[in-house]
Amino acid sequence: MTKNETATIENQAAPILSGPGESREFPDWFRDQQRAAWKQFESLPTPTRKDQAWRFTNVNFLDLSLFNYGGKLTEQERATILEQSRGLEEVAGRMIFAGDELIERDVISDQLKKRGVIFQSLERAMVEHADLFRTYFMSQPARLGSAKFAALHQALVSSGTFLYVPRGVEIELPIEIFHWLNGKNASAFPHLLLVTDELAKVTVIEHFRSVNEHVPGFACGVNDLVSGPGAKVTYVCAQNWADKVIALQMNSTTVDHDASAMSLNLHLGSRYSRFESLSRLIGEGGRSDLLAVAVAKHDQEFDARTLQDHVSPHTASDLLYKNALDDRARTIFGGLIRVEPHAHFTDAYQKVRNLLLSDDAEANSMPGLEILADNVRCTHGATSGQINEDELFYLRTRGIPVPVAQRLIVTGFLDEVVQRLDHPAISERLRQLIEEKFANNRD
Amino acid sequence: MKTETSAVDIDRNKGDFFYPEAHVRDAGAGLSERTVHYISDVKEDPDWLREFRLRGLKTFLAKPLPTHWASKDLEAIDFDKIRYYLSPGTEAKRSWDEVPDDIKRTFERLGIPEQERKFLAGVEAQFDSEAVYSNIKKAVGEQGVIFVGSTEGLKNYPEIFRKWFGKVIPIADNKFSALNSAVFSGGSFIYVPPGVKVKHPLQAYFRINAENFGQFERTLIIADEGSEVTYMEGCTAPKFNTPTLHSAVVELVALKGAKIQYITVQNWASNVFNLVTKRGLAHENAEVKWIDCNIGSRLTMKYPGVIMKGRKARGEVLSIALANDGQHQDTGAKMIHAADETTSNIISKSISIGKGRATYRGLVHVPKHLKNCKNNTECDALLINATSRTDTYPAITVRGTGNAVQHEASVSQVSSEQIFYMQQRGLTEAQAMSLSVNGFVNDLVRQFPMEYSVELKRLIELEMEGSVG
Repeated sequence: MTKNETATIENQAAPILSGPGESREFPDWFRDQQRAAWKQFESLPTPTRKDQAWRFTNVNFLDLSLFNYGGKLTEQERATILEQSRGLEEVAGRMIFAGDELIERDVISDQLKKRGVIFQSLERAMVEHADLFRTYFMSQPARLGSAKFAALHQALVSSGTFLYVPRGVEIELPIEIFHWLNGKNASAFPHLLLVTDELAKVTVIEHFRSVNEHVPGFACGVNDLVSGPGAKVTYVCAQNWADKVIALQMNSTTVDHDASAMSLNLHLGSRYSRFESLSRLIGEGGRSDLLAVAVAKHDQEFDARTLQDHVSPHTASDLLYKNALDDRARTIFGGLIRVEPHAHFTDAYQKVRNLLLSDDAEANSMPGLEILADNVRCTHGATSGQINEDELFYLRTRGIPVPVAQRLIVTGFLDEVVQRLDHPAISERLRQLIEEKFANNRD
Repeated sequence: MKTETSAVDIDRNKGDFFYPEAHVRDAGAGLSERTVHYISDVKEDPDWLREFRLRGLKTFLAKPLPTHWASKDLEAIDFDKIRYYLSPGTEAKRSWDEVPDDIKRTFERLGIPEQERKFLAGVEAQFDSEAVYSNIKKAVGEQGVIFVGSTEGLKNYPEIFRKWFGKVIPIADNKFSALNSAVFSGGSFIYVPPGVKVKHPLQAYFRINAENFGQFERTLIIADEGSEVTYMEGCTAPKFNTPTLHSAVVELVALKGAKIQYITVQNWASNVFNLVTKRGLAHENAEVKWIDCNIGSRLTMKYPGVIMKGRKARGEVLSIALANDGQHQDTGAKMIHAADETTSNIISKSISIGKGRATYRGLVHVPKHLKNCKNNTECDALLINATSRTDTYPAITVRGTGNAVQHEASVSQVSSEQIFYMQQRGLTEAQAMSLSVNGFVNDLVRQFPMEYSVELKRLIELEMEGSVG
């Protein structure tokens, strides 16, 4: 144990670009995968603005030389993190990660366990459930531009969540996961591997937070979300990193026949946050809802890239992304609906709406379509505008001061997205987070 | 069944014939500094233009093909096999009688200009590189309107020409504008004096007639304060087995309060690469409107743009694209807002038939601190067959609080109920399909001048033949 600990401490000081440490106890096959991924990371070129997948992005944010593996937690820090990890009142299960260390796991009820639900750390799952793990772990290539960073993640990931919901099991209460960045220039490689079997149902909410409010950090996460036949998966991300954090997240969702997947990404924190959402509809009757809300202020840049990939006929997808931009903030939306050959009877929708609150804010929208089948109904829309003067006037005539009226209008604008979730408790929590961002950031 | 579908009597092979080449001036195949000097020598270019061409060549050679976003099909162009300059060796003709007989026959087969002459104020027909025929009706000339070939414009009106030439589309705008800058010949130069409203549309026809020969015309239209002009170009080309390149540059300048309308019906043969840069500059209260119709070619890449430089300037692009087997229509629009209260409108309709692919690519840019700018974009795509493909790739950047931008696109197919309804009333499936497609583009086609909308409807019917059943 002592030997291991020393090694870990050596690792902690190391910059992430020095490569994966050898001290972690993983199966050999996984180690081999990591080494191969690292080679891939090194050989792939760093994106430039000329790459279509990085158009409009300020690629200067992608300098990773600064970041290291992060320090070891002190008892004090551990206690603070546990205390601050306040999420929903009622959950079916909970995991808390600091850096990439699992520091707490609230086990789900015995009954769910008896019915075969597996809720454990990634490193345990790759030993105890190797077959499941190897089938689904990063089985989809990162197709939205971040192949290099997906490789980085695969090379350096050291923990994460594994959740398996067997056939017919419905977990009513949400599963809650916290990821904390701790220390200056620290990094984290969050991972969630969620597999649902036929007719299963589950909701997961992930919180991304920083212990220190004003130090730089780096997060590079990958989620594999698998919605089996007839299953229903809801995934919520509440991204609230500290304001100097650079964050990349690549989510890949697979929707089987008659299944549904809903995701809602709330973007509040970080300096630069890129979020890639790939949703593949591979079976008839599948449905995918992609939702996002971003409140961008100061110099924040939110970079959302999405792909609604209709592989099978008779599938539906619906995307709604809303951005509120203030100060010098920038948002980028690059979305694509792709209807593969033979994916007839596709019904796909995509809408992005930007609300600009200042003269220096900039919204970039690239809503795209690629249709290689017929008998489809595909529409998309993108709008950029500002607060309607009439609405503002109406509120003012009722004695509401301008700043309050503006905030009401903006939250009302964003709430259309939050309302689409059918989990009142989660919606309420997201509203609180949005409110906090508006209340805090007036400095 | 097939014969029933051609309700309109049109000869499908109309663009397929050609006459033996008799080119006096020929720069040979391939592109080098020598080619550029050769062209400059033949055309007796002033020094500044020779330098401009050389800069164009340098930029062209330095820039990579834009295949990181555009079709890989571009790699099929063999730039070394293309002949960059050809001329029949004849000077521009003033009267119809002086045009050589075989060239005259070519135009007659196309139905121009004899039958349409009545409609048109002037005809500028380009045969390969040089204008062989140009004529402006007396009335237009008396108003002070200049309508000549680009070479003549450059020689006779250098003070107007040079002021705007290459200013709307700089050499380095893209690889193909650089190529055009290096080897351009032909095209039109138009100047409309202040307050003059040209009643009849000015028209030019272009053809490609030499195998492996690229056509690089350059058009510059300047509408002075408060003037109005409509320009129409239509293209047909004989079919050849090896790819042919057409790479034009068209620059429009609408000064204060002026209006320019530029109409294109593009029907190149299906082995032509049609890579065209078109852009207009609209000053205060001015309006630039592109009506762009793409039926032919193997690959068209064309995104007419408007830079709205003055207050209350307006820009508009109406685009129709029809992509059949083996064709890729990559078209769209660029709207650059650069002043307050500028408005732009893009309406694009595309139809994909068989294995055809239609792509809309758009750019809308509203920079900082502008007030009350508005853009509206609508793109609708219609898919006829299961193998047809359509894409939409818009990019919209908006800064600041004073502006409103909206973009909408939809993809659909002809509804089977509609077809069934028409079949019940005695139409064949093909006729019904053709009628539906014409209905889909009808609201746009109605905005075209009459003779063009008739021609367009016929072209669509022609393309629809044999696409169903």
